[in-house]
Amino acid sequence: MKRRIPLILVFVTGMAMVAQFFVPHEYSDYLFQYANDFVIVIGILALPVGIYSLMVATVRKARSEPRERIYSLATIAGFLVMVAAGLKREWFHGDTTLSAMLFDNILVPAQATLFSLLAFYLASAAYRAFRARTLLAALLLLTAFIVMLRMIPLPEPLASWNATVVRWILEVPNMAAKRAIIIGVGLGAVTYSTKILLGIERSYMGGD
Amino acid sequence: MPWYDRLLSVDRRWIYLVLAVAIIIPAVWTFFVPVSVSSEVENVYEFIDTIRDGKLVYLAIDYEPSYMAELHPMAEAILRQVFRQNGRVLAGSLSQFGPSMADELLTRIAHEMGKTYGVDYVFLGYKPYPALTILAMGTDFRVPFPADYYGHPLDSLPLMTGVHNYSDVAGVFSLAGGTGAEYWITYGNAKYNLPLALGVTGVMAADYYPYLQSGQIFGLLPGIKGAAEYEQLAGLRGQGLRGIPYQAAAHAVVLFFIILTNVAFFAKRAAGRRAGAESGR
Repeated sequence: MKRRIPLILVFVTGMAMVAQFFVPHEYSDYLFQYANDFVIVIGILALPVGIYSLMVATVRKARSEPRERIYSLATIAGFLVMVAAGLKREWFHGDTTLSAMLFDNILVPAQATLFSLLAFYLASAAYRAFRARTLLAALLLLTAFIVMLRMIPLPEPLASWNATVVRWILEVPNMAAKRAIIIGVGLGAVTYSTKILLGIERSYMGGD
Repeated sequence: MPWYDRLLSVDRRWIYLVLAVAIIIPAVWTFFVPVSVSSEVENVYEFIDTIRDGKLVYLAIDYEPSYMAELHPMAEAILRQVFRQNGRVLAGSLSQFGPSMADELLTRIAHEMGKTYGVDYVFLGYKPYPALTILAMGTDFRVPFPADYYGHPLDSLPLMTGVHNYSDVAGVFSLAGGTGAEYWITYGNAKYNLPLALGVTGVMAADYYPYLQSGQIFGLLPGIKGAAEYEQLAGLRGQGLRGIPYQAAAHAVVLFFIILTNVAFFAKRAAGRRAGAESGR
């Protein structure tokens, strides 16, 4: 019974949602909204668990690793300050609110900086990895070289030639490979979902 | 140590330094880099060009601050063009960090162009669970967003009169730095058949060409180059065209390094072969 009830619930709910997707009816829409509300409610219920888990893990780390305590404290302080800054809806709006100031002056520069650092890692990685050691490596190198070349102002007719080759690379070999991956992933997802619906795949229940 | 070995084992900090200098150069000496317009960008421009005199477009600002450098110029250029043509904008975000950026951008551009909130544009804000939000908006925008970002009920806003779901907007333009674009393709285009165009980062662009060819998206702005091409078509000179010299300089350096490392690599291989042949004699 402990196993059968979840399996029946998954099968009935899953099949109902599959059918709902293809039925353009008022009741179908109602069912969909009802299911959506359920998902949001479950998400909200999971939020305190997530916060508790974050706090416990951070405090534990702060206790066990004194040298990294400062980072743990920064995590806790950042969390508490952001919660306090966003307790009211109107505190999100305007340039002078604490929430906006934290967003503009801490989050935006921090994320932009981290993302910008990728350029440096990419340059270093390209220097070390893009060497024509084998035929396949040479092909990869040549393709990357041609595609990157389009970002650089070239004299005519080199620019037109480069644009034509880049378009061909994007629309023929790239598209063939991507399409194969997309279709493969799609079929895999359908298979996996079907296995869950039919109760063949039960790892979501833990163990088994 | 031979010159090629020194080149092959160069300290990565030298690479960082050269790249940093190359990126600083366009900031000191401004120069213009011409961009050629691709058909996927032209399609977006032609679509936005039809958003005139009260027509409504949905602008999805589905990215985080880390993608601002590439995607913000696109959002800005599109907003300016739509507002210039007296079109209207319904905006929303599927990214949790999107609303603050979207709020700042919409307010600034609308203020500059003399547009009124609630009449010329509305910002719905953010809702979690992108797939559910996209599907729910297909029923009615009021389902996931009973009120806008600022707490006004949607029915109290003049722009929302008669606007219920995707059939009331001319199309959706999603600017996404993550998986947001795929949600729009899977749940927006596939289920509701809405006209969809995307603006994505340069590294993501290659992933979306299959959707372009299949007609699931009608246009694509790839990275800062896409933004620059769009600005050129729209007759704007914004962050896209201004950012291209920086990207060109960085790419030139990377290409230079690729050539350099291969020259050293082949020189080393040739030297090894020569040494092998000499020792075999």
